[in-house]
Amino acid sequence: MAVTALAIASTWSLFAAAMLFGIFSLLSAAVFVVLDAVDVAFTEAAVGAGISTILMLATLARTNARERPGPRLRVVPLALSAGLVALLVWASSDRPRFAAPGAPANLHVAPRYLERGPVETGVPNVVTAVLASYRGYDTLGEVTVIFTAGAGVLALLGFGRIRRD
Amino acid sequence: MQHHIVLKVAAKLLLPFILLFALYVQFHGDFGPGGGFQAGVIFGAGVILYALVFGVAHARAVVTPGVVRTVAALGVLLFTGVGVASLLLGANFLDYGVLAAQPVAGQHLGIILVELGVGLTVTAVMILLFYAFAGEG
Repeated sequence: MAVTALAIASTWSLFAAAMLFGIFSLLSAAVFVVLDAVDVAFTEAAVGAGISTILMLATLARTNARERPGPRLRVVPLALSAGLVALLVWASSDRPRFAAPGAPANLHVAPRYLERGPVETGVPNVVTAVLASYRGYDTLGEVTVIFTAGAGVLALLGFGRIRRD
Repeated sequence: MQHHIVLKVAAKLLLPFILLFALYVQFHGDFGPGGGFQAGVIFGAGVILYALVFGVAHARAVVTPGVVRTVAALGVLLFTGVGVASLLLGANFLDYGVLAAQPVAGQHLGIILVELGVGLTVTAVMILLFYAFAGEG
């Protein structure tokens, strides 16, 4: 993944960058599978590697496929991002170990969902139960965001015109 | 894309399975991985594949912009409608327990309906985005 990310940052060809983004998404989907988050992996593979690559390519078809070359090395942005990375690494050093039973994230509401979810909702997949029932408001918000995004694109671009020839 | 006979035949073979798989993901999301969002994206991808191979004009003849627009709104309406229905039946907004005689059955019904709403909106918006960006292809 690191190699793909560096390649995306270094290429001037936007077409190559779009394809590399797809590869990057597929790799992160694989990471999610390793972490046992199958639902997230599914979404990442379908949206990240599939749809967004197509949308980026469709956008490229309307614009230039090459980035305008700028100065090769910008010092201030480089220092800023290096500093941010260092900060994040430092902050994550006292993070609880992955899937540690005593971690705050695993002590709050998660045990109740896992114990009562299948009984209360009759749905064996806990992820679906949490998303659609316990966190129904959040999911409604997400759907509204998607709908609003679609409405916004529609307002700006319309459905596109078909060239008749 | 006029002469790509291999692409066209392959796409024709794949399309029914893609759409069927999307429906499977949609309605099997309560047992296995999946749900409305993933199903919507897969269904949308099926239509986009058709548009890519056979041309956007053909796809727009099958899935017209009007249908896309209506379905996008319908999904959000269905989701909110389920919430309002539970409100009218005397429970909290989006509390599906009261939708059927048994609370568990009501929860199950509510989840299926809500996921269907998510699937409809996501499908429509994905197709809508593609039409908007690839319209002048």
